[in-house]
Amino acid sequence: MTDAKMRGVRERKSRTRKKGVSLLLNFPYLIWLSLFVIVPMFIVAAYAFTDASGAFTLDNFRKLSVYRENIFDSFVYALIATAVTLILAYPFAYFMTKRSAAAQRVMMMLVMLPMWMNLLILTYSIMNIIETNGIVNNLLVAMGMEKVQMINTPGAVVFGMVYNYFPYMVLPLYSVLSKIDPALLEAAADLGSGGPSRFRRVILPLSMPGIISGITMVFVPSVSTFYISQKLGGTSVNMIGDVIESLVNRVSTRNLGAMLSLVLMVVILICIMIMNRFSDEEGGIML
Amino acid sequence: MKIFGKIYLGVIFAVMYLPLLVMVFFSFNASNSTATFTGFSLHWYEEMLRDSAAMDALKNTLLLAVVSTVIATILGTLAAVGIFGMRNKWFKTGVLSVSNVPMMNPDIVTGVSLMLLFAFVGRMLGAVESLGFFTILIAHVTFSLPYVVLNVLPKLMQTDPHLAEAAQDLGSTPIQAFFRVVLPSISSGVVSGALMAFTLSIDDFVISHYTSGSFTTLPLLIYTMTKKRVTPEMYAVCSCIFLSVLVLLLIMNLSQIRQAKKMSRISVIGKK
Amino acid sequence: MNQNQKLIELHDVSVSFDDQKVLDALSLSIRDGEFVTLLGPSGCGKTTTLRIIAGFIEPDEGDVFFGSERINGVPPHKRQVNTIFQRYALFPHYNVFDNVAYGLRVKNVPKAEIHERVHEMLRLVNLEGLEHRKITKLSGGQQQRVAVARAVINRPKVLLLDEPLAALDLKLRKDMQRELKNIQKQLGITFIFVTHDQEEALSMSDTVVVMDGGRIQQVGTPTDIYNEPVNAFVADFIGESNILDGVMPADYKATFAGHTFDCLDAGFTLGEAVDVVIRPEDVDIVAPEQGMLTGVVTSVTFLGVHYEIIVDIRGFKWMIQTTDYCGEGETVGLSIEPDAIHIMKKSEYSGRYGDYSTFSDEMEEINQIPEEAEDD
Repeated sequence: MTDAKMRGVRERKSRTRKKGVSLLLNFPYLIWLSLFVIVPMFIVAAYAFTDASGAFTLDNFRKLSVYRENIFDSFVYALIATAVTLILAYPFAYFMTKRSAAAQRVMMMLVMLPMWMNLLILTYSIMNIIETNGIVNNLLVAMGMEKVQMINTPGAVVFGMVYNYFPYMVLPLYSVLSKIDPALLEAAADLGSGGPSRFRRVILPLSMPGIISGITMVFVPSVSTFYISQKLGGTSVNMIGDVIESLVNRVSTRNLGAMLSLVLMVVILICIMIMNRFSDEEGGIML
Repeated sequence: MKIFGKIYLGVIFAVMYLPLLVMVFFSFNASNSTATFTGFSLHWYEEMLRDSAAMDALKNTLLLAVVSTVIATILGTLAAVGIFGMRNKWFKTGVLSVSNVPMMNPDIVTGVSLMLLFAFVGRMLGAVESLGFFTILIAHVTFSLPYVVLNVLPKLMQTDPHLAEAAQDLGSTPIQAFFRVVLPSISSGVVSGALMAFTLSIDDFVISHYTSGSFTTLPLLIYTMTKKRVTPEMYAVCSCIFLSVLVLLLIMNLSQIRQAKKMSRISVIGKK
Repeated sequence: MNQNQKLIELHDVSVSFDDQKVLDALSLSIRDGEFVTLLGPSGCGKTTTLRIIAGFIEPDEGDVFFGSERINGVPPHKRQVNTIFQRYALFPHYNVFDNVAYGLRVKNVPKAEIHERVHEMLRLVNLEGLEHRKITKLSGGQQQRVAVARAVINRPKVLLLDEPLAALDLKLRKDMQRELKNIQKQLGITFIFVTHDQEEALSMSDTVVVMDGGRIQQVGTPTDIYNEPVNAFVADFIGESNILDGVMPADYKATFAGHTFDCLDAGFTLGEAVDVVIRPEDVDIVAPEQGMLTGVVTSVTFLGVHYEIIVDIRGFKWMIQTTDYCGEGETVGLSIEPDAIHIMKKSEYSGRYGDYSTFSDEMEEINQIPEEAEDD
């Protein structure tokens, strides 16, 4: 090898050293990701395809039909809750953007405050309010009216979901709506758009990324929840989360639980992928 | 329309804060009911301070949150810098997608998958109890990491790529350049990532539920209690948390407002 | 220091990004105290050359010398050069003083000395009294001065300037050109200046290095480059020029546009094909019968000091700058003195430049879009 060539080789090595730095910084992270994200997913899959003794089987998947109703219910509840949240949160976020900057800051804080509170205690508090001998019914009785059955109904479950995940819908919606340049609306008006048409042609398309990420952020936890349905739905609602929770807790049915987890994960990842198709924003799941 | 907007906002905020008010209100209840108010008392607050289980859970929650936040923030910031510097686009998207998995996966799936991993490793090592502080710590770091990465990455993208070069040009080693110039310009992202990690850790129930073993955090304690009956004592604990969060947010907001005012004053002087 | 001492040398330096050759065996030597400008269009490799000297890019092949020392692999912070970056790269979290003091603080210079030197520097760049101003509250020109002060305070042997004036408006640009030149004279250090603006290059530099396609096309004084371009690319890039195909029938004779002219060039083989450059201001408009060539005026533009007219001669459009008015459609004669004719060897650039048939102001503007991300 000639001198010049040797030099060239050495130089190329020093250039790859720079690439090495980025790899070095990533190394702990990559290890972490593979150990605690990738490997666990494979273990879930491994459990799903084996029985309690560890032998390969497809039995778990044959039992999927047993839980057909739970899966179906979960998706229906989550879809309804997501739709209600969107319908309530969209005007909410829109009206927020119409207030003064100071008011917006305060309202932002008020929206975020409940997110810091524990979901369980808030759900329990809701339970206190709507249960058979709860606050509302006590009030009704005091006014001489009859008690109303609210807890342990599908409505209570949907309310619980909407209540808990409402801020997660408001935040992305607010962040896209507040960024819409008012000049765009003026331009649309100038070009002959009335109120509804401005909404449909300008505001709605521009807020799409926020809608998509809001939907994802409400739908995913709703479809997999087990606490809300247990507390507010009683025995009337049995969602997939409840089923997984009870199956996984016992060693004998762990493989079945793993199978349902796997199914849930795959279905949700597919849902997210489809939804991300609608939004070009990278990392649209973010706040 | 304006009136309607105001009413709409008001009604929703009222509904949003009703359960919180109920919680605070009944924490002062004299009796042990959480539905019938029998009289004002600080009894449950005294009870709370005396209850070692609740105090331990609170301590555990804070310890776990601080440690997991520190680890996730350091690891995540380094990772973001590394990912940002990656040249291979495919590898980059690959790492980012895997990194987002814990964020997109339902909590219950993340929890179950980690539990199965820890049980598996525990069985291999022949441990009697495979779950505890370290497993829940790993779990919390894992679900916090993507939030840190996703908060830091955009800041790196906004940072002038020549800044680090300028620092090196002026005599800083690459490491000095990172700490003196790059880190300050991405600090807001690092802080908001850390803040998110902290919040998520304090609030997490589902994943902790599967990975904690006998290590009890506040949400886990509340869960065990709600299985039977919640006493106003829990309401007292949560009211205290609510108050501290409220104060924290107010301080943050006030300092922001003060800063904004200062900035506007500076720009006025500048114009003169 | 010895003015003729070589300070920086590049030997056969090549760089590729993603299999695309950015620098192709480039060799260049720069003397101490010189004001050198690397001039060329977007993507010609001028910024890459600068970054190799600064140490941000390591060459794939070739050597870089600083004085007599080979500095390949020496990281940027250990090199005695400082850079003024495109758009300055001022640290947004520091004020003016802290930005300027950065290099000294890194070297642990005593506080009192830092204080004194920063103030001296701010005086030099006319920024006294703005020490505590935030970077974001500065105008473009002020930011530029901070960038200069921040780099120069470290007393580098060489200052590298990467299109430092591109972000400024025209008037400020002119002022800063003069100021930078003054600072260079005052400090007596080497400036290596990167630009795509030929006027800037001609007015500021001791030496101009014209680059294209990762190779140096010509190195010389501004006058040399303008008067004696080596090929069609340089002739076209520096100023306006009419470039025609010609033949050398004998020494001191050149035939082009159907006429044989007297010229000052010799040493070509008999009948060799060449490129002929004639600058627009060197052509005299005369009566048709007195002209060596005759043609029809196809367009006239009034530019204040002179008219710019396009004359069609046998299908080739000439650009001529003259103070005499001609009407469109008029037939005119052209007279060219021997010293106005410059002969160049044929090159890969022959035939690509120098005809004004597609000339328009708009094209000119498109060609002058500042290059921003040559390396990305």
